[in-house]
Amino acid sequence: MRRLRVLWRRCAGMLSKNRLERDLEDELAFHLQMETTDLIRRGMPPEEARFSARRQFGGIARTKETYRETRGLPMIEAFWQDMRFALRMLRRDPGFSLLAILCLTLGIGANATVFSWIEGILLRPFPLVAHQERMMAVAGTNRGEPGHDDVSCPDYRDFAKNCTLFDAFIVDRITGITLSTGDRAERAPASIVSSNYFDALGVHPILGRGFEPAEDVGRNAHPVTVISYRVWRERYRGDPGIVGKTQMLNGLPHTIVGVAPENFRGTFVGWGMQYWLPLSMQELFDPGGYKLEDRGARWIEGFVRLKPGVSRQRAQSEISAVAQRLEDTYPATNRGRGIQLYPLWQTPFNNAGTLLPTLKISLAVAIAVLLIACANVSNLLLLRSFRRRHEMTVRLAIGSARRRLFAQLLTEGFILAAFAAAGGFALAYACRNLLVLLLPARGGVSMYLPGGLDWRVLALSAGVCAVSTLLFALVPAIQASDIDLAGSMRAESAGVVGGRRRALVRSSLVQVQVALSFVLLVGTGLLMRSLRAVEATNPGFLTGNVLATTVDFAAAGYNRDRTRNFQELIVDRLQSLAGVQSAAFTGLAPFTMRSYQSASIAVEGYQAPPDRQITVACVGVGPSYFATMGIPLVAGREFARTDTGATPPVAVVNELMASQYWKGLDPVGRRFQANGQWLQVIGIAKMSKYRNLTEIPQPFYYTPLLQTGGGSGLQVRTALPPETLTKALRSEIQKLDSNLILGEVITMREQVDRTTAVRKTALGMLALFGGLALLLAAIGLYAVMSYTVSQRMREFGLRMALGADTADLLRGVIRHGLTLTAAGILLGIAVAMVLTKLAASLLYHVSPRDLLTFGAACVVTAIASLAACLVPAWRASRIDPVRALRS
Amino acid sequence: MPPDKPDVLHGSLALMVLRTLDSMGPQHGWGIARRIEQTSGDVLELNQGSLYPALLRLEQLGWIASKWGTSENNRRAKFYSITRAGKKQLAAETENWERISGIIGRFLRPGGAAS
Repeated sequence: MRRLRVLWRRCAGMLSKNRLERDLEDELAFHLQMETTDLIRRGMPPEEARFSARRQFGGIARTKETYRETRGLPMIEAFWQDMRFALRMLRRDPGFSLLAILCLTLGIGANATVFSWIEGILLRPFPLVAHQERMMAVAGTNRGEPGHDDVSCPDYRDFAKNCTLFDAFIVDRITGITLSTGDRAERAPASIVSSNYFDALGVHPILGRGFEPAEDVGRNAHPVTVISYRVWRERYRGDPGIVGKTQMLNGLPHTIVGVAPENFRGTFVGWGMQYWLPLSMQELFDPGGYKLEDRGARWIEGFVRLKPGVSRQRAQSEISAVAQRLEDTYPATNRGRGIQLYPLWQTPFNNAGTLLPTLKISLAVAIAVLLIACANVSNLLLLRSFRRRHEMTVRLAIGSARRRLFAQLLTEGFILAAFAAAGGFALAYACRNLLVLLLPARGGVSMYLPGGLDWRVLALSAGVCAVSTLLFALVPAIQASDIDLAGSMRAESAGVVGGRRRALVRSSLVQVQVALSFVLLVGTGLLMRSLRAVEATNPGFLTGNVLATTVDFAAAGYNRDRTRNFQELIVDRLQSLAGVQSAAFTGLAPFTMRSYQSASIAVEGYQAPPDRQITVACVGVGPSYFATMGIPLVAGREFARTDTGATPPVAVVNELMASQYWKGLDPVGRRFQANGQWLQVIGIAKMSKYRNLTEIPQPFYYTPLLQTGGGSGLQVRTALPPETLTKALRSEIQKLDSNLILGEVITMREQVDRTTAVRKTALGMLALFGGLALLLAAIGLYAVMSYTVSQRMREFGLRMALGADTADLLRGVIRHGLTLTAAGILLGIAVAMVLTKLAASLLYHVSPRDLLTFGAACVVTAIASLAACLVPAWRASRIDPVRALRS
Repeated sequence: MPPDKPDVLHGSLALMVLRTLDSMGPQHGWGIARRIEQTSGDVLELNQGSLYPALLRLEQLGWIASKWGTSENNRRAKFYSITRAGKKQLAAETENWERISGIIGRFLRPGGAAS
């Protein structure tokens, strides 16, 4: 307590320094005057009295100094002194300061930016949602199959009922909806959610209400919706009486019951939701029929919140036990089905999982850039400290403490870091939402991937900044304050500065930079080769001259029969257009973000393992789909207009399904059961890709839309450049029915390219930082070489005077530079061998130790360092021996 | 920060200041110095300058307080007075001092250390 009071008074003493200084002056003057007067009164002559009073008092300056030290906090005052001095030093050498600050800004900025992405996308992705640290994503598993699946509604209800370690089970299914206002129609991202959604998330609508438990049940019985704040402000102009009004959604009027608070964007990483719909409206918004009571229909993506203190393992084992019981109770639908809980940052069904490898790489890259920047600044400081050696030596010689000198140099480092941190935070602020730009918009709606620049990110970045200051300022500070006084006086007169040990430190700093930038180059090269390999992969269907779009029959209120008739009509009209070769509908075009339905199948003559359920993905396609997409049939025929509800159900299987389940027999003409219905195989389609270019080949089958119904995807194959057809396509459909809404019209090439966007993002990130790192390393090498050359001027001059020619000197300097580089590259190869495994999930048909890539990185690094050495080498060769020797 | 010198003189200077202020009421620095010298019968030649850092320290500890006022010859002067905490401290220190001087005294008496 007492100590605290003293500290407080000392702090106060530091603040009002001027006034206190005057007071001290007055007080001491008063004392001397009193003493003098007293002495005079006692009979001393005035002159002698004044002198005596001073003698009595002791050293006035000393007293003042002791008084000041007692008054304030000398350590902090010394720090201020250092700060002021350091700022002066930095101003004196603005080129150096700017370069150092720029390097560090890039390093710290890159880290802060990546931290903000990780925070905003992986760790706390859902603004306003309470207790995200206890939230986990729920996905289904199927024994013997990799990847994840969705969960059926009855299962989900059983989990919620039987699990005790969970606070809440939340249903959340992303869907695209069509809303019409007047004659205009738009697509918007929306979520089908359970009624506990808003309450469980701790998000309270600012107007109206969330959903009520009754709205979970009843087939399409509750056409209500909660809208997002942004939609409320922009589409409904912030209408305060919005609650109770209706909005047409997918052709049905919905009553708006609530407005979500500002900044709440739902719970899907990558997209900001605009509308939320209750569970009971599933059939209207989620294709594939009514699923709320079907245990075999898996469509729910969900989240749970664990009770406080429950570990992921405990929660997982409880939910797995319940899943096991369901498997026993409902073997027909649940055989082999389990549940997997994921931390939010690994959520498999949204963009968290997709971006995870990219963000991991970004983090590694940002750290590498920071290290390179630190090494660079360290080198610059070191070089400068040699230039300031005279100052240091003098300060030491006149009695400055080494500790003080050391503190002074560290302070200079901290000032650089402080400027850089400010710059870095500004950079991070500017780049926090940059990730979206690297990923394409879909259907005219851009993604929503905000970085989270909160106090955690700032604190972590500040910590990184402090550590990096120590990294780059410590070595120069130790070396500079460790001056051997006598030695350096001698050395200075001899003009040789920087001993062998110091040269070693400088060289190793450059080698670290070269090594790190080499690693980044290797990473860039590997990702580039992977991207090439991916893009060279044949999707198995035509991409260049096939257009894809969607026609929203549901929103226009079409029933099954009307849809089917209309599809035939449109296809006929389109095929009569000039340039159109064929057109066909499909339930879901390949390479969209949505996943295919899958069915549990049984094949005559194929014995499945008893604890497994064989499921195969499938899609409904219209007549001449295979011809339109350019997918060849290896046997049998494709669907025709004659395959209707009146004829026996048929299917086309792909090659892998044929070989896996019929094992050498020709499946054409044979039957299999899908979800209990017998289908006859009429053809075998060649293998093609369904979701993305890098997927593992999988069994797949097609059914005719004319038998199964639905189908909103439209593909058109044309001989003309596809763009020219877009307008005609739109007008043809408008002519037939102006209520029908056509989605985005893109080529299949574009559709395929979108799936490689994440890969391109990672590549772009690495290429950018790899280039930056190489530049920084080159600057570092240049600085060291310049310095070495300037120190060896006299030696070069001497050698020239003795008859060495220019080429000799040039070669000597370049050889020195390249030796440094070679050592750096060797180190880089060793590091890259280990680190490239990090990127393994993004590599495709390329070994992490690809020889070509490593070789190319060597060449690029060597060229860059050659360029960095040239100027110093040239300068060395231009020495005028007479001047060099005289100086 | 200079190390506090816990030697007898330093400690006793504080004690003398407290005692002076306790018995004489508010005083300026010169008055305190004068008083200490007088009381010691001019035997203890105080280095007057060292009084001021000591006063500051006592004030930081909260044992004395200071206020600017007007001196007997009509000049601006800083007056120090003892606080309640200071009085408590003085009592404790006095008792402590007496105890220690008693013990030392007993040691220094002829034959004291042997008993």
